[in-house]
Amino acid sequence: MEFTLPAIKIGAIAPELILVCSAAGLMMLDAFAKERGKTLLPILSIVGLALAMVASLKLWGKSEVTFAGMVAVDSYRVFFNIIFIIGALLTVLLSMNYTPREEIDRGEYYVLVLLATVGMMVMAAGTDLIMIFLGLELLSISVYVLAGFARGQLKSNEAALKYFLLGAFASGFLLYGMALVYGAVGSTNLAMIAETLATPHLPARVLLMVGVGLLVVGFGFKVAIVPFHMWTPDVYEGAPTSITAFMAVGVKAAAFAGFARVFIGALGALHPDWTMVLWVLAVATMTVGNLAAITQSNIKRMLAYSSIAHAGYVLVGMVAGNEVGRASMLFYLLAYTFMQAGAFGVVIMLGQKGEPRLNITDYAGVGHKYPLIGVAMAIFMFSLGGIPPTAGFVGKFYLFGAAIKAGYVWLVILGVINSAISIYYYLRVTVVMYMHEEGEEVLAVSRAPAVALALILTSVATLGLGIFPSWIWEPVQKTVNLLLG
Amino acid sequence: MVSVEHYLILSGILFAIGVIGVLTRRNAIIVFMCIELMLNAVNLSFVAFARHFNDMSGHIFVFMIMTVAAAEAAVGLAIILAIFRNRETVDVDEINIMKW
Repeated sequence: MEFTLPAIKIGAIAPELILVCSAAGLMMLDAFAKERGKTLLPILSIVGLALAMVASLKLWGKSEVTFAGMVAVDSYRVFFNIIFIIGALLTVLLSMNYTPREEIDRGEYYVLVLLATVGMMVMAAGTDLIMIFLGLELLSISVYVLAGFARGQLKSNEAALKYFLLGAFASGFLLYGMALVYGAVGSTNLAMIAETLATPHLPARVLLMVGVGLLVVGFGFKVAIVPFHMWTPDVYEGAPTSITAFMAVGVKAAAFAGFARVFIGALGALHPDWTMVLWVLAVATMTVGNLAAITQSNIKRMLAYSSIAHAGYVLVGMVAGNEVGRASMLFYLLAYTFMQAGAFGVVIMLGQKGEPRLNITDYAGVGHKYPLIGVAMAIFMFSLGGIPPTAGFVGKFYLFGAAIKAGYVWLVILGVINSAISIYYYLRVTVVMYMHEEGEEVLAVSRAPAVALALILTSVATLGLGIFPSWIWEPVQKTVNLLLG
Repeated sequence: MVSVEHYLILSGILFAIGVIGVLTRRNAIIVFMCIELMLNAVNLSFVAFARHFNDMSGHIFVFMIMTVAAAEAAVGLAIILAIFRNRETVDVDEINIMKW
C-alpha cells in the first residue's frame, strides 16, 4: 500500500500554533511562578494574541489548501481570525479587573480563553467536517469550564451544567448530521461534498436531507437561533460577565464561521432546499429574541436575548447567500463584536464585589454621574439598535441590502420591523441612565483601568466602523470567496 | 449477510434511545450517559459507512469523536461534581435558580 505524507506547512497554521504554545507557557507559569509572576498572565496572553494576529495577517490574500485538504489558507479565515482575536483581547481586558474582584483570578482562566480562541480559529480554517467538529469541541469544552469558573457560585455552576448538557446534546445532533452527510456523499471533505452535490443525480437524497436538517439543529444550538436558544439567557446570566462577553462575541462568530463554510460552501448546491428553513428560523429568531428582550429587567438576560436577535440578523445574510450577503455577515459579526463586548464592559464597570448591579433600574443617574460611561453605553445601545452613525446601522444596512438584492423583500420588511422593536429596549437603558434620578444607594464605579481601555477601544471602533465603513467593507468583500480545498 | 442498512437502523435506534433518555431522565449523570450513547450511535454509523465506502476518513472521524467524548466526560463530570458540592443534588429539575 502506497503511503505519502501530506505536505506540512507550519506557516499555514502559525496563528493556532502560537496560541497553543502561549497557552502551554501560561499553564507552566501559573504552576511554577510566585505570586508576582502570576500578575503577568493577562499581559502575556495579550502578547500571545497579538503575535497570533500578526501571523494571521501574514496569511491575508492567500488562497490555498494545505494539510491534505484539511486547512484553508484564505482571507475568509484571516478575517474571522481577526474577529476572534479582537474578541479574545477584549475579553482579557475585561477580565483583568473583573476576575480579582470576583476572586476567580486563577491562572487557567487565561489558558482556557486562549485555547477556546484556538478552537474558533480551527473552525474557521477547517475545510473538512472532522476539522470543523474538532474546532467546535475544543471551543465548547473550554467555554463549558469558563462558564462555571466561579465554582463557589450557584448561578455559575448552573450555567455551566446547562451549557454543558445542552451543548453536548447539540454536538450529538451535529455529529449525526455529519455522519449522514458522509453516508450520502462518501466524503468528509467539503470540496468533495460540493463536487458530488454539483452532479445532477444526487445520491441518497433522503439521507442527505435528514443529515442537513440535523446539521441545522447542531449549528443552530451553537449560534443560539430560535427554537434552539433556550440555554442562552440562563447561561449568559450565570456565567462570569467577562465570559458572557466572550460567548456572545467569539463563540457566536465561530459557530457562524463553520455554519457558513459548510452550508454556503459545501452544501451550496442545496441552497434552494435549506434557504426556506433558514428564512423561517431567521424570522423566528429575530422576533422571539426582540420580544423576549423587552420584558427583561436583568441587563445580562436582556443582552442575551439581544444576542439571539442579532444571530437572526446575521442569518438574513446567510439566507441571501449571495456575495454581498456573505460579506455583510462578516462585517456585521465584526461590528457586533465591538458593540456587544463594549456593552458587557459597561456592565462590568458598574458592578461591585458582591453587588453585581444587574438590574437595569440600578443604572439610574449613571449618565450624569459618570458622563463617559454614559456616553459609551449610549453608543453601544444605539449601535445594537441600529441607529446611525454607528457600526450596527451600517451592518444592518448591508445585510438587508444583500437580502433585497437576492429578492427576499418580506424577510427584510420583517427584519426592519424587528429592528424598530429592538430600539425600544435599547433606548430604555439610555433613558434610565440619563432621565431617571439617582437612587438612594451611592453609585460607585470600581477602579478598572483595563476595562476603561476596552470601553474606549470598543466605542471608538463602533463609531469608526459606522462613520468610515468602507475601510473594512472594501477588504471584507475580498474575503467572501470560501475556499473549500 | 449483515448489510450497511442493518447497522444504520441499529445506530438510528441507539441515537433515538439516547435522545429520549436526555429528554426524560432527570439525573444529570444519566442524562450525560444518554448523550454518550448518542455519540456512540454516531460512531457506529461512521464505521458502517466507512466500511461501505472502503474509505478511511470515517474511521478517523470515530477516533476523533472518542477522544472528544473522553475530554467532554472529564469536564462534564467535573461540572456535575462542582454542583453536587454546592447543592448536594444532581437532579436537573432542582437546579433551577434561573428559570430555564
